[in-house]
Amino acid sequence: MSTLELPPNRVVVAGAAQPRVIPRISTGGDRAYRGIATASGVGVLGVLCLIGLFLSIQAYPAIKFMGWRFFTYTGWITQGAHPAFGVGGLVYWTVVIAVIALVVAIPLSLATALFITEYAPRRARAVLITVVDLLAVVPSIIYGLWGFFVLQPSFVGFAHWLSTHMAFVPIFRVQQGAQLTSSAAIAGVVVGIMITPIITSISRELFSLAPVGEREGALALGATRSQMIRTVVLPFGRGGMIGAIMLAFGRALGETIAVAIIISPIYTIDPHILQAGANSIAALIALFFGSGGPLGEHAQLAAGLVLFFLTLVVNLLASIIVNRSRSGKGVEL
Amino acid sequence: MTTTTKSPEGIEPKAPPSPRRPRNFQTIDGLLLIGSALSAMALVWLIFYQLTLLSGGFGYWLCTFVVFLLTYWGTEAQVHGRIVANDRVVSALITAGALALIAPLALIVGFLVKRGYHYLSWNFLTQDQKGVGPLSPQNQGGVGHAIVGTLEEVGIAALFGVPAAVLTAVYLNEVGGRLTRTVRTVVTAMSGLPSIVAGIFIYSLWVKGVSHGQFSGFAGALALAVMLLPSITRTTEEVLKVVPSGLREASQAMGAPDWRTTWSVVLPTARRGIVTAVLLGLARAVGETAPLIVTIFGNNVMNANPLHGPQEALPFFIWEGVRSSQARAISQGFTAGVVLVVLVLILFTAARILGSGALTRHRRYIQPEVREAELAFTGRGAVVERKAPWEGQPAARGDQEDEQT
Repeated sequence: MSTLELPPNRVVVAGAAQPRVIPRISTGGDRAYRGIATASGVGVLGVLCLIGLFLSIQAYPAIKFMGWRFFTYTGWITQGAHPAFGVGGLVYWTVVIAVIALVVAIPLSLATALFITEYAPRRARAVLITVVDLLAVVPSIIYGLWGFFVLQPSFVGFAHWLSTHMAFVPIFRVQQGAQLTSSAAIAGVVVGIMITPIITSISRELFSLAPVGEREGALALGATRSQMIRTVVLPFGRGGMIGAIMLAFGRALGETIAVAIIISPIYTIDPHILQAGANSIAALIALFFGSGGPLGEHAQLAAGLVLFFLTLVVNLLASIIVNRSRSGKGVEL
Repeated sequence: MTTTTKSPEGIEPKAPPSPRRPRNFQTIDGLLLIGSALSAMALVWLIFYQLTLLSGGFGYWLCTFVVFLLTYWGTEAQVHGRIVANDRVVSALITAGALALIAPLALIVGFLVKRGYHYLSWNFLTQDQKGVGPLSPQNQGGVGHAIVGTLEEVGIAALFGVPAAVLTAVYLNEVGGRLTRTVRTVVTAMSGLPSIVAGIFIYSLWVKGVSHGQFSGFAGALALAVMLLPSITRTTEEVLKVVPSGLREASQAMGAPDWRTTWSVVLPTARRGIVTAVLLGLARAVGETAPLIVTIFGNNVMNANPLHGPQEALPFFIWEGVRSSQARAISQGFTAGVVLVVLVLILFTAARILGSGALTRHRRYIQPEVREAELAFTGRGAVVERKAPWEGQPAARGDQEDEQT
């Protein structure tokens, strides 16, 4: 006993039971279980790689045809004697619509999340959460129909008003005699309503986790509810909210059907968001899939590849932020 | 002068400042709120329509809202002071934002039902579009083929997607390994994968690669499975996270191998949450249109075989309908929209009812005395209603934490 060197913090009491070492015999079942679960986990990575791989294979002929100009060219002619196409304008409009969507969605979802966590009575809270979840499962084609048949007619008046009286703001300008339907602004508003539930549900969870002690501290010091929200709740949720907004941005970039129903496609880069003519990569594929000849198909898949990488980068950044803001595994019983 | 008593030092004591209670919403506040709203509406109406001849309901309400906030702030500031006024205006803003989000839901559903309910009939639900042309009567043809297609596609997608998703969630939360972080990040990122990308992926992999240009319902199902996988994985992982570690440790302490712990303890405990996750995922998948456009191709007649030949689906039917120039096709598209929303609502409601608490509590085997002792021990005993012996066991303590969604 005395010859044994022990770390200084361990005191061996003579006669006391040493902790029994339990050898872990990994059973065959366990190995199979671990194997299968790991395989499906890695399988997800595999699916992602496969998406990139197959789209690249299909996109190659189109990108080879256009060279690097594919990424900057604005226009989309895939048939005839002189085909020329590129995603320059498409990427521009995709981002513009997503940004408009965020402008609509951020205040709406922030207000809703705060209303649910801070203002709503307990019973109304459950109802509101259900409503927000319901908004998240309404199919995008229904949003598209609503946007086209209901929102658009009433939005045109507003767009007209903006373009005549707010024209000192550059983005509200329109060309003389331009139509105000089928614009990026309308598509953006619809997409904004579609992504609001995403930001709302993530930020609601974050806000409800804001420490009670600090909330009560702020109130006890005489803060009003809005001051408490500004000084305690919002700073607490900031990191996760940025992640949520980026996730929603990624979703908005890839939104297909609602945009495809509303816009009338153009391929040039144009600063007028209130007048007819907009586009997005996803809408292009949905609207013109199967037309445009063999080269056109490769070109569409190449555009899809660009969309894939665009959303992947945004989503990866977002998910790194979101996953970092969560912690804890398991709850103690 | 009985109220102002002089203190011995001869200093008149100040009246204590009246406490500021922004949450104490009195009658006058209600009147101010209504008054501000009315005056804003009237003022903006005057300026908007009478003086400047502006147009558009949208702009009117936006301006009204801004004027309302200013008026409300001004009047509240006069009555209660600036700090209370700020608080009230922020409250009004937040409440209005929440209402502005809820309004679209009612509007969307109302609009859809109004446009679509005309053709809703048994025939519409069972017939297909065989022999229906531009000259056919309005009520001919239905969406039976689309309903069958949607159910088959989503069913097959669930067959592939759900086990893979649950296994991935188990990997992330129970097994773990070097790749856990990466997989979790990728799953979160993939849940934002544009649905059209999932579609063209399956188009290049399956339609072009494997089945030589044959569109089929199966291809659509694969695309939907790609969409289902990350969303179900994420929600399932969230549910597995809240399974108490104590249950796992108890199972391990009794010598159960890991797979046994997962299969008999963790998954049954999380069952309700997983069912909710799956149903919500399916509710979303039912309405996916974009991946189907490039994989199933659409079909006007019934094709119940998902493996062979183009198939129809409800969202695809709507998409084709509203893009066409025929009034009949457009109206039938709307009716199909009603059917689709009903389908989504059924799945959503089922998810809500089944998942009113995320975890299944195993209290069948707990004797009432033990349970009461346990509740008393954990300090939650006060909530439980005592029941007479003939009423059986204490009522299941409701999982009323409405945060668990």
